Amino acid sequence: MINKKVNSVQEALHGIEDNMTIMLGGFGLCGIPENSIAELVKKGSKNLTCISNNAGVDDFGLGLLLQQKQIKKMISSYVGENAEFERQMLSGELDVELIPQGTLAERCRAAQAGIPAFFTPAGYGTEVAEGKEVREFNGKMHIMEHAFKADFAIVKAWKGDEAGNLIFKGTARNFNPCMCGAGKITIAEVEELLPAGSLNPNEIHIPGILIQRIFKGDKFEKRIEQRTTRKKA
Amino acid sequence: MALDKNDIAKRIAKEVKDGYYVNLGIGIPTLVANYVRTDISVEFQSENGVLGMGPFPFEGEEDADLINAGKQTITTLPGASFFDSAFSFGMIRGQHVDLTILGAMEVSENGDIANWKIPGKMVKGMGGAMDLVASAENIIVAMMHVNKAGESKILKKCSLPLTGVGCVKKVVTELAVLEITPKGFKLLERAPGISVEHIIASTEAELIIEGEIPEMAID
Repeated sequence: MINKKVNSVQEALHGIEDNMTIMLGGFGLCGIPENSIAELVKKGSKNLTCISNNAGVDDFGLGLLLQQKQIKKMISSYVGENAEFERQMLSGELDVELIPQGTLAERCRAAQAGIPAFFTPAGYGTEVAEGKEVREFNGKMHIMEHAFKADFAIVKAWKGDEAGNLIFKGTARNFNPCMCGAGKITIAEVEELLPAGSLNPNEIHIPGILIQRIFKGDKFEKRIEQRTTRKKA
Repeated sequence: MALDKNDIAKRIAKEVKDGYYVNLGIGIPTLVANYVRTDISVEFQSENGVLGMGPFPFEGEEDADLINAGKQTITTLPGASFFDSAFSFGMIRGQHVDLTILGAMEVSENGDIANWKIPGKMVKGMGGAMDLVASAENIIVAMMHVNKAGESKILKKCSLPLTGVGCVKKVVTELAVLEITPKGFKLLERAPGISVEHIIASTEAELIIEGEIPEMAID
């Protein structure tokens, strides 16, 4: 067993420096690596390029890094929940690249899987296609998209073991598996970190080969963005 | 009477057939789930990674790890499954989802749709909409016929940045059901009590009108 366990979030984030590109898992506030984000705020790394589906809300998730003006550029598919984000974008302080969600996911997966580029129909005929190679396959137009390049990928899983194997829960899975191994170094923060052999190999979603560092998060607030319920009849 | 949002959802629910996997967008499309016939088998997909979505949870039973694409807390039904985002969009691009229902700001007579950006005013992002409209075979748009200023959103040509080209098949609004044909918008049905003349006056695009136009059945 190759042991990937590190003892603290500080140790896990070692080597993250100004101007780096960092991928972060999560959809909205669901399944975000919240301990790592809190540590990035403390660390104060600046001019970061962040690849993440969303940009958090004003006071949680990546919104915390935006507040501290640590992000130079965001690559996301949807940023609608964040007023500070909108302000920084409209004032020109923040560079933003909006890309289709499936393209975002596939550009992560391509980086993970050693595929340099791929063709997708998403965005054909729109401003997303500007400057991109267009090709027709089976009578339908497609545009070429490239794999991401990132210095670090930071993901959040439910359970992990010391070998770096991961299991995700519910829709907190989202972009996290796609980002494993898609950066030069992948950091996994988990709710439960178990000795190797504790997880059933049949149930592992992501094998530890894609993970360089794994640590147990101190606390997971798991904030809910839109609490919707129904009344008991 | 023009329909309200729930009535639009009720009318669209009639397009959902037995055995369909359906992706519902945010807004009116989400309401469609409430009106699908209970005697047919349908599974709802949410692009953040779930098939077999159920209703909202009971108070106190919300799970932060279980949300839909609108970030709302949800539940799952028997037979549900979870998957990652790349897999989810593989399912969408691979045309395994039978029906996509989404909202729009504008639709044009050749089936173009605009729903993600108002330059200088609103830039929230396209989310999964571009992938969905570029891939799905069967796309129904749920939208209001006119905007708050009373201007038609059913156009000869979209004025806003496009989300996808030549993809919309059908549009259901508070006034009408429209089909997009190679020759443009064809008026299929009108809202109860709404005249064909009213619909023509509320629509910038030309309408193809053949014979008597029936009223929508929404119950």
